[in-house]
Amino acid sequence: MKDKGGFEIPDFTKSPTIDKVGVEERVARFQTRSIKNESKMQGLKLALNMIDLTTLEGKDTPGKVRQMCYKAMHLHDMQSGLPTVAAVCVYPTMVRVAKNEVKGSGVKVASVSTAFPSGQAPRDIKIRDTKFAVDEGADEIDMVISRGRFLSGDYNFVFDEIATIKEACGHARLKVILETGELATLDNVRRASDIAMHAGADFIKTSTGKIQPAATMQVTYTMLEAIRDFHLLTGRMVGMKPAGGISNSKLALHNLVMVKETLGNDWLSNEWFRFGASSLANDLLMQIMKAETGFYQSSDYFSID
Amino acid sequence: MERLEVLKTYKIYIGGKFPRTESGRYYSPKNAKGEALGNICLSSRKDVRNAVVAARKAFGDWSERSAFNRSQILYRMAEMLEGRRAQFVDELVFQGAKKANAEKELNMAIDRLIYYAGWCDKYVQVLSSVNPVSSAHFNFSTYEATGVVGVIAGEKTSLLDLVSIVAPVIAGGNTCVVIANEHLPLCAVTFAEVLNSSDLPGGVVNILTGKLNELLAPLSTHMDVNAIAYAGSDADTKKTLQLNSVENLKRVRAYDMNWFDEKSQDLYMISDFQEVKTTWHPIENIGGASSSY
Amino acid sequence: MAKKQTPSKATAKTSQASKGWDYSPSLESTSHVDLKKQYNLYINGEWVKPSSNKYFKTINPATEEVLAEVAYANDKDVDRAVKAARKAYTEVWSKTSPSERAKYIYRIARLMQERAREFSVIESLDAGKTIRESRDVDVPLACNHFFYYAGWADKLEYAFPNRKIESLGVAGQIIPWNFPLLMAAWKIAPALATGNCVVLKPAETTPLTALKLAEIIHDSGLPPGVVNIVTGYGDTGAAIVNHPDVDKIAFTGSTGVGKIIQKAIAGTNKKATLELGGKSANIIMDDAPIDQAVEGIINGIFFNQGHVCCAGSRLFVQEGIADKVIEKLKHRMNSLIIGDPMDKNTDIGAINSKEQLDVINGYLKIGKAEGAEMYQSPCDLPRNGYYCRPTLFLNVAQSSRLVQEEIFGPVLAIQTFRTVDEVIQKANNTPFGLAAGVWTDKGSRIFNLTTKLRAGVVWANTYNKFDPASPFGGYKESGFGREGGLHGLEGYLKLS
Repeated sequence: MKDKGGFEIPDFTKSPTIDKVGVEERVARFQTRSIKNESKMQGLKLALNMIDLTTLEGKDTPGKVRQMCYKAMHLHDMQSGLPTVAAVCVYPTMVRVAKNEVKGSGVKVASVSTAFPSGQAPRDIKIRDTKFAVDEGADEIDMVISRGRFLSGDYNFVFDEIATIKEACGHARLKVILETGELATLDNVRRASDIAMHAGADFIKTSTGKIQPAATMQVTYTMLEAIRDFHLLTGRMVGMKPAGGISNSKLALHNLVMVKETLGNDWLSNEWFRFGASSLANDLLMQIMKAETGFYQSSDYFSID
Repeated sequence: MERLEVLKTYKIYIGGKFPRTESGRYYSPKNAKGEALGNICLSSRKDVRNAVVAARKAFGDWSERSAFNRSQILYRMAEMLEGRRAQFVDELVFQGAKKANAEKELNMAIDRLIYYAGWCDKYVQVLSSVNPVSSAHFNFSTYEATGVVGVIAGEKTSLLDLVSIVAPVIAGGNTCVVIANEHLPLCAVTFAEVLNSSDLPGGVVNILTGKLNELLAPLSTHMDVNAIAYAGSDADTKKTLQLNSVENLKRVRAYDMNWFDEKSQDLYMISDFQEVKTTWHPIENIGGASSSY
Repeated sequence: MAKKQTPSKATAKTSQASKGWDYSPSLESTSHVDLKKQYNLYINGEWVKPSSNKYFKTINPATEEVLAEVAYANDKDVDRAVKAARKAYTEVWSKTSPSERAKYIYRIARLMQERAREFSVIESLDAGKTIRESRDVDVPLACNHFFYYAGWADKLEYAFPNRKIESLGVAGQIIPWNFPLLMAAWKIAPALATGNCVVLKPAETTPLTALKLAEIIHDSGLPPGVVNIVTGYGDTGAAIVNHPDVDKIAFTGSTGVGKIIQKAIAGTNKKATLELGGKSANIIMDDAPIDQAVEGIINGIFFNQGHVCCAGSRLFVQEGIADKVIEKLKHRMNSLIIGDPMDKNTDIGAINSKEQLDVINGYLKIGKAEGAEMYQSPCDLPRNGYYCRPTLFLNVAQSSRLVQEEIFGPVLAIQTFRTVDEVIQKANNTPFGLAAGVWTDKGSRIFNLTTKLRAGVVWANTYNKFDPASPFGGYKESGFGREGGLHGLEGYLKLS
């Protein structure tokens, strides 16, 4: 059987196995990279520009979403030369509000869908959820996979569901959330990544942000290796979005190091790499301002939206 | 008329068979009374070569046998030796020993085999270790046989020197090529007959008779011999063995011991012919890894 | 309705960084490091001039600049050092209680830790190894080695059941240039713990950290003469080996020199530990965790520029995954950063000396002449200094010299295999037996391979791991005796 790209769909039970200790060692080595001076400034701004500024709460209101959208476009207006974030990420019901707010800024609107975060809904509801978000103007869809089905070995179900949602997305780019915290092992993370990419994912994403652990470097690294292998096999680039848990600049820079050394510079733009985060932006801004002014910064000087 | 005695032909022991030396030569060592001990094979360098080939061939199977099985076979060797008491005592006496000493030597040889039979499935347990390394790895060191050992049996006794070295060498899974006591060779050959009836696989122990100064060099320079055990006290011989061993870095062990002493048997005679192997394997979620239990 | 959008030209205010991102130089500072212009010999607790008054230069192989001048010890100086060690042994050290010995060693370990940064900077300057490795591997391991053996000093009777233990006396120790400080620690720590005195000679291209260690030993208050450091070339080493009052030779280096030493001490009562060369097999089965295996291959052969006696220099890949592994391997090699060892981001530093670079380049020529396919990381090399690109040779035969001989550089010979039995045979088909690597997801197969490979250290699903508690040493022509762990004590003790 072939996938949409015309490539043979592999036997997902034969995805490469992962040795966790080896992954930890590799990750530890990324963390020894010393990012200084120009490359640090460049990296911080790059990371800012890769953020999907996110609010995914039951208590979200248009007012909250509008404020976040403003922040997305005006991160810290006291300082010139700062980029915007890549996108805002909201629930489907908030897409229209967000879309209006960011119009013309280049900031995209991403919407979670498929009964986020649990994904426990029938397929037709997931399709409607997705189509609704797209119709409301979402540029990107962040779907969740059916982890229960995956863990019980029903890989075909997971594959078909992703392929179906991809179809429902139309022109919106599809990010597939694996919810790696529930998959438990890196072997599963790798296998789920392979399934998602062959089923048509434009991005693979670690987590919903509702489950711990979320985007550990080990998990992200495992997914980056999967992306690299998929690219070597098919020539198709797939994006990566670690989400949840990346709250400081150092970790963000280490993630960029990991992307650079695993996938190369081609992936180092927000077209192919995103951070799903909300508090990261301010930490990056504080680091940038520290570099600009020479003073360590206080959070009192950075808006909390 | 008195019955004519059937005389024994003393042959060498290679690969579980009893060939005559390929050289066709013999020598006739004499006892203190001047009686010839017999026509003993004067082994050649080619016999050494053949014996090393046989020992190497036997190494894989012998070293991989279960420790329990090796133990059983050493015990069987002791049984067979016990069963041939009279013959060994006669030979020891014929070669010049007093009857009481002959009995003692034989008893000690038998008991020594029993001693090492017991070690076969214990020395690894005593010597091995699990090493607490700082990274997330399981790390353990265990013992493996060094390989083919060249044994130069001592100059003092016909049987006990030989058994005292051969037993720990093979208990540890090595195979060996033995150069018998040049002047007291009878028991070495008869011991080969014991081995041959003891379930010991052919080639594990090979026994050559002949002149030490002819056989020393081909054995100790042989590139497929991994270690040398010398049960003698001669400083020049020891030095020659060490020099000859340089080219492939044989482990040379020399034992200047009184084999009648109980202390001459011990665990470290086995470990002298062992290599320490340390194995590492990652462990998920311990040590450096994060965990929350 | 959703507007049609193409992802690529989306964001208005993009970061200027999106075209690529490189690491700015991040040089470890060499301030705070105290290097003298000239170093004398450390004998009997004093810094003494060499009797010949000759000195030699030690250079930074990354820049070819002279770092310092170092005394060239001759046999008179060695004799002086051995006499000092003997005197210290009989008069002081053998009478020092084991628990006091332990405290001296602990103190040395602590002092080393306190000056760890200085050690790693000097090590990288003198040896060409990356600051990342000297900082994260060499120096911490060296400190830990002293810590580990310190604790043994008053527990030796537990190490060898049913045996009486005695120290030997004076240990002559000769160490190589690939891990200068670490090897000094591997030698000195167990020797002191077992109650011996030491005359140590560091390699001529990398004497500085051993001399720095002498300063620390001096500061620790260790009685004069217990540790003596003499610098020089091969003839200095020979003087130690041949000195009649040395009881023990511990050598790490080439198999060739190891054999010369064995010859020299034949017929003497000198006890020897030899850690010699290797040509270790790294075996990748088709069910291996492939990305970690690739990392293990990289770490196995390119760690410390391949100047590692246990380097996984023979790679065996099962045929079914060979293409994939080699593709990934090349990809990973391309991301390695080669250059200034003092830059914290450098993965591969300088070759230790001009001589060694010539040796390695000689093998590259041989490989090409033998018809093997060569692949090198496509990186720029610094203009000055001695550098070699990480190199693979594909399609090499078992009989190739690249497979048979130790290169001691960043050069990997790759062979493929079909079955487990075949690879065991090929892996063991060498006069060496130092180390081996095995990569497979199947437990029973790991134990099949690890038990059948004739090597002193076997890494399963990992490679080039070291620890003070883990015995290290080889089978066959890779030497004998073990260093590290309980087993490392034996070489410094008389058991009776």
